[in-house]
Amino acid sequence: MASRARLVAQGVAIGLVALLFILLAWSLLNDEGGDLAAAAARGDRPAAPDFTLERLDENGELQLSSLQGKAVLLNVWASWCIPCKEEAPFLEEIWRENRDRGLVVVGLNAKDFRADARKFAERFDLTFPLVYDGPGETLDGFGVTGFPETFVLDREGRVVEAFAGAVDGDDTRERLAAAIERALET
Amino acid sequence: MTRAVALAVVLGALAAGVATAAPPNAADLEAELVCPVCETTLDQSTAPVAERMKTFIRVRIAAGDSGQDIKDALVAEFGTEVLAEPPGGGFGLLAWLLPLGALGAGLVVVAVLVRRWSRRGSGDADDEQLDPELERLVDDELARFDG
Repeated sequence: MASRARLVAQGVAIGLVALLFILLAWSLLNDEGGDLAAAAARGDRPAAPDFTLERLDENGELQLSSLQGKAVLLNVWASWCIPCKEEAPFLEEIWRENRDRGLVVVGLNAKDFRADARKFAERFDLTFPLVYDGPGETLDGFGVTGFPETFVLDREGRVVEAFAGAVDGDDTRERLAAAIERALET
Repeated sequence: MTRAVALAVVLGALAAGVATAAPPNAADLEAELVCPVCETTLDQSTAPVAERMKTFIRVRIAAGDSGQDIKDALVAEFGTEVLAEPPGGGFGLLAWLLPLGALGAGLVVVAVLVRRWSRRGSGDADDEQLDPELERLVDDELARFDG
């Protein structure tokens, strides 16, 4: 009887350890965010994670995959982020210059107050689509570690290039322009 | 006597009213809410969004909101992760129940082990007989040690 109880206890312990290993493996396999930028840098064009988020600039929601067929410049920002303020006019410029060529600029506002985000958009006269993710639940999927970050997606929703930090610097402007061209060509 | 009781009831009701109407304390709320960027409580954070949240709390207190109203407003913006203590219902209940369950399971394991060891300890005392030859050797060694 005692040996049977011991066997059961050992079985339960082994089962728990196995469960922990499975959970660890699952979390590692699903944590593709950090790999997204690295894979794009290797030229792999990984698929961007889809999301559906409420819009800040109008009523309703926006699903990223609904933009397939167009190139997308996805900019992750927050109103309290200083580099976001610096690059905002440049993003608006990109939107106005390339929207007729099939590029959609999407501003993904995260970890912010809706009211602050709307004031920011008004202050910088942003006219491109803005979506809101207060808790920042979509950020892990993209491997976002700071603000701002920008992802250029091709017409099939794959990441062409990722940019950490503001994209309005002289060096980055050229890289971004090249990435947009590659995204539009697809 | 009746007047004294009535007065006590009125005073008690007034005190309760004052207590419920007391404005929430900003420092308390800052200790109960988490910065969504650095994931420490607001009182430990100087991140820009944390500073913005602190301002929000003070403005809402000045506007007469209760502590719960303020927390609800912040949850509506940043999600339940903004609460330092998980909510007491739904999935958040697990955060409360799991440690209690683990503690209970640990106590059961300790109780079973203690019982088993105490049994084994008493069994050893009864069963263990020293070999006479070994006993003689021990006595000899002890005598040599004393000498």
